[in-house]
Amino acid sequence: MGKYFAFFRLRFSMGLQYRAAALSGIITQFVWGAMEVLMFRAFYRSQPQAFPMALHATCTYVWMQQAFLALFMAWMMENEIFDSIVSGNVAYELCRPVGIYHMWFARSLANRLSRALLRCLPILLVAAALPAPYGMMAPDSPLALLFFFLTMFLGVGVTVAFCMLVYIACFFTVSSMGVRMVAISVVDFFSGSLIPLPFFPARVRAVLELLPFASMQNVPLRAYSGDLSGSAMYRALLLQIFWLLALVAAGKLLEMAAMKKITLQGG
Amino acid sequence: MRLYGKFFLIHLKSVAAYKASFVLTTMGQFLTTFTVFLGVHFMFQRFSSVEGFTYSETLLCFSITLMEFSLAEAFARGFDSFGSIVRQGEFDRILVRPRNEILQVLASRMEFSRLGRMAQAIVMFVYGISTSQVHWTFYKALTVMFMLIGGVAVFSGLFMVYASLCFFTLEGLEFMNIFTDGAREYGKYPVNIYGKRVLQLCTFVVPYALIQYYPLLYLLGRGKPYYSLLPFAACLFLVPCFLMWRLGMRHYTSSGS
Repeated sequence: MGKYFAFFRLRFSMGLQYRAAALSGIITQFVWGAMEVLMFRAFYRSQPQAFPMALHATCTYVWMQQAFLALFMAWMMENEIFDSIVSGNVAYELCRPVGIYHMWFARSLANRLSRALLRCLPILLVAAALPAPYGMMAPDSPLALLFFFLTMFLGVGVTVAFCMLVYIACFFTVSSMGVRMVAISVVDFFSGSLIPLPFFPARVRAVLELLPFASMQNVPLRAYSGDLSGSAMYRALLLQIFWLLALVAAGKLLEMAAMKKITLQGG
Repeated sequence: MRLYGKFFLIHLKSVAAYKASFVLTTMGQFLTTFTVFLGVHFMFQRFSSVEGFTYSETLLCFSITLMEFSLAEAFARGFDSFGSIVRQGEFDRILVRPRNEILQVLASRMEFSRLGRMAQAIVMFVYGISTSQVHWTFYKALTVMFMLIGGVAVFSGLFMVYASLCFFTLEGLEFMNIFTDGAREYGKYPVNIYGKRVLQLCTFVVPYALIQYYPLLYLLGRGKPYYSLLPFAACLFLVPCFLMWRLGMRHYTSSGS
């Protein structure tokens, strides 16, 4: 456990170094968030009665999504890992006396947390200062805030566990591009990063909420604004725990299979 | 121009050598855009219109923007990898050749897999035409052509600005994505839904509205006739982009490596 924590700490402090990149990222995310809010405003103006969430809750969802982008976005996978698999450098890592699954898991987690930590505060502060329905709202209740933190950790866990499946799948396909692009667009769509899940038609939504993708950003971001509460909240929490365990188990099985048939490319 | 044709053929042949990977990335591209389309589709299952634009009118707008973007991208994405060209000192080699440097940068990379996106744009466009009640005339078809020309010009100009910045920073800047990928993403709805301020910005600063919103109004029979000529005004955007490139060129000192 200690050695994985060391990997975690190393990556975490490395991630904190890139401050200029973070500034550029913050500006980008702020503009994206603003455009998204303006788009929802246009739909709200056209037909307020058809809006499935409160407008303020929707805007809060958008701002939080931008602030914690690094935690949940599938496209923030690590190129280093893909490169090492394709180029064969992964052999060095396999020689180390650590489990590759746990090591990569700790690394990815650290990368995501450090990036989010650098970027979230400015966005949250500015968003909180915006006028009422378009900015961030305060958490719905202390309980909502508690659930937000709890489900956020589980959500990041599920996201990383899913990315691990993609990394390991690359042992089988050699070229990572195709798998990656397909995985990213599937996650983006089904996890509610394109449009929040409540905006989907009821029947599609009923299915989507059971999938692992709904256990990523959907739960914490909606728990915060109180859009998700009561028994639905507890059900979502249990589903998150289930998917985290299931995806980690699947990842380790896949890892074992990959290690059996691994061929290293080049020298 | 003949030289560009030669480069074009070489790239086409090199892609043809790796068929499986080409098919996979094209599919990936297709899926990426398809989910965006599904997002629009589901929004319109819930809402019947947005700021007076119906589903099929929005699709018309979305598909034209997408066509403009993917055409520009297929030919001008060479600018996208310009950061690494400068960093690796590759640009010195380009400068000593007795040919125009823009041509060479353009020809350094062509992305045929973006055609997956183009194909989808065409399908959406056809659907948009058949369901929206646009009264088509010859001149309106011509207007669509104008929009495509203007759009390719604007997006190519933006790619060029992106590359020019690399002369100064050596790195592509993340916030430039707002203007390229962001414009593609938010160009799925007519620009005016984002409010008056954004519309003004998109008319006078970066002329997205000139290649999307105003000509679209004309197509739908809601705008004045001269709206159809505005895409040509958008082509003027290339002038400052080109000047910026010149400025960057003059500023260029080799990175050495």
